[in-house]
Parts: sequence; C-alpha cells; structure tokens
Amino acid sequence: MKKNQIALTTSLIFTLILIPRTVYAMHIAEGFLPMKWAGFWTVLAVPFLIISVKKVNNILKDEAPGIKMLLALAGAFIFVLSSLKLPSLTGSCSHATGIGLGAILFGPWPMVLLGTIVLIFQALLLAHGGITTLGANLFAMAIVGSFVAYGLFKLARKVGVPVWASVFVAASVSNFFTYIITAGQLAAAFPGNSGFMASLIKFLSVFAFTQIPLAIVEGLLTVLVFNIIQEYSKNELDELSIISRRQRHEFS
Amino acid sequence: MSLAKKNLIIILLILIVVITPLIIKRNAEFLGADGMAENMITEINPQYTAWFSNIWEPPSGEIESLLFALQAAIGAGFLGYYIGLQKGKNKGNNDRQDKK
Repeated sequence: MKKNQIALTTSLIFTLILIPRTVYAMHIAEGFLPMKWAGFWTVLAVPFLIISVKKVNNILKDEAPGIKMLLALAGAFIFVLSSLKLPSLTGSCSHATGIGLGAILFGPWPMVLLGTIVLIFQALLLAHGGITTLGANLFAMAIVGSFVAYGLFKLARKVGVPVWASVFVAASVSNFFTYIITAGQLAAAFPGNSGFMASLIKFLSVFAFTQIPLAIVEGLLTVLVFNIIQEYSKNELDELSIISRRQRHEFS
Repeated sequence: MSLAKKNLIIILLILIVVITPLIIKRNAEFLGADGMAENMITEINPQYTAWFSNIWEPPSGEIESLLFALQAAIGAGFLGYYIGLQKGKNKGNNDRQDKK
C-alpha cells in the first residue's frame, strides 16, 4: 500500500516535470476573476497603494538626489525583469517580478506604487494582466512580494547570513510567493466541485514547478545588480541604512 | 573577489538555468500565454466566461514584442545610465583624493 503511494507520488512528480505542458504562470488575465473577487482584491490593495503613494512622495520631497535615483533604479529593475519571459524546466515560460531589489533597499511600501505602474503598463499596452484583475495581481506581486522580500532580507541579516545570500533568498522566495498567492487567488475564485484545497493543489502543481528555476534566476539577477549598487553607491546605501558601517567593513 | 569576477559567475549561473530547459525539453512549446488561463479555469468551472476583455490588445505578435522590447529597453537604459553615472562619480572622487 505504502509502496504504491510512493510510486504514485514519484510518477506524479515526474509527469509534472517531464511532460511538456502549457502553463500560464503569470498575472491573472483580464476578466478572469469573477466580479466579486476582482472587487475584493481591489478593495484590499487600495489602502496599500495610498500609503505607498505617500511614502514615495516623501522620498521625492525629502531625500537627496542620489536616493531618488536609486528609487528610479528599483523601478527600472521591475521594468526589465517583468518583461523577461524565461523558459522553465516544465517546458513553459513565466517571468520574473523584480520587486525584491527595491523592497530590500527601500522597504516594502514604495514598491507597491512602482509595481502598480508596471502592471498598468502591461495591462493597457500588452494585454498582459488586466484592469479588473489589477487589484489581485497587485496584491500578489507588489504587496505580498515586497513584504516577503523585505521581511526575509531583515530576518536573514539578523541571523548572520551574508548580504549576497540574504539578497538571493529574499528575491527568489519573493518571486515564488507571488505565484503561490496567484494560485491561491485563482483557487479561491474557482474552487470547482471539489473545494478550495483541491483546486489550490491543482493550480499550485502547475505554478510551483515552473516557477522554481525562474525564482532562482530572479534571485541571481537581484544579487547581480545589488553587487553593483554595493560597489558604486556606498553613500546611498549608508543613507538608507541598509548596511551599517560595521557590516560594510565585514564585506569589503 | 572583484565585482567583475563575482558578477561573471552570476551571469554564468543565470545562463545555465535559462539554457538548460531549452536543451532538456527540446520538444516543449514554451508557451506562457495568458490565454491558457481560459483552459484551466474552464476545466474547473465550464460555465465561466470572462466578463471583461482588455481595453486594447496589440494587433499582432510583432507589435506585442515591440512593446515588450520597449519595456525592457526603458528599464535597461536607465540601469545602464545609473551604473555608468555612479561609476564615473566614484572614479572622479577617487581621482580628486589621489591629487590631494
């Protein structure tokens, strides 16, 4: 009996990895959340967006030009990464989010607005994602994604993980979480006959495997750019107190 | 380790992760279309129809890739500008200190 289960699970995992299948592990498409759920996620996302606009305004008003440039860099990074559709081992494509870098540098709040800008750009010009699903996609990518990245980075640094590894873990797990949340949102909206959990497993089985290699790429790209910032923008980093003086000595 | 060396290793790792699927899954379609959402959702809930469609859609795959390339170019353009600027600033500061 047990042997059978193990065999079944292994073959299931193998099928998931080996059989080419089409996956839409990206943002939820326009009109593909029932009105009730579209409204729910929008209402949930709006307060975050309002706080985010205030935070970004404060940065633009009070901070030095170097810090503003760094914020623009975080935005540019989201632009590049969310346009990179990368192949995955499941034989389908998905893309990075780029949220992690900015969340690590500026904390989670400013990223909500930057993420919104990119999502609106893609929804209006690329028919990728949508206006009705903006709230849900925003929640998954810009809100959960940035809070996870920020929280993990802080946690990893606290327990003494090196900066580069903390950046890697924060960015890749943030990418992975975005898609777990998306799967959860779809499962909640489409529980089918067998209920939320069954539906969630169905959506997750498709999302999770595709996303793992992409999460790794996202982590690597974030470390790449973070290394450059660490080398050439030491003053700005000090100002952001991401890396205290003591820690910088450890790593230079 | 110097920055260039560190980042060279990272770029190699990225290439490995990105290219491996293309070699292992030669016959895969590598689709990622949003339209496929329909399939999974209608499989679970056959009655569901999208109640809103995109306000505007790129008329062809070419236009779509144009806009995606534009998006990447805007982002990458600024990234390059920023890195060059910071590098130049640092060099300028160091040169000034050397003269003193």
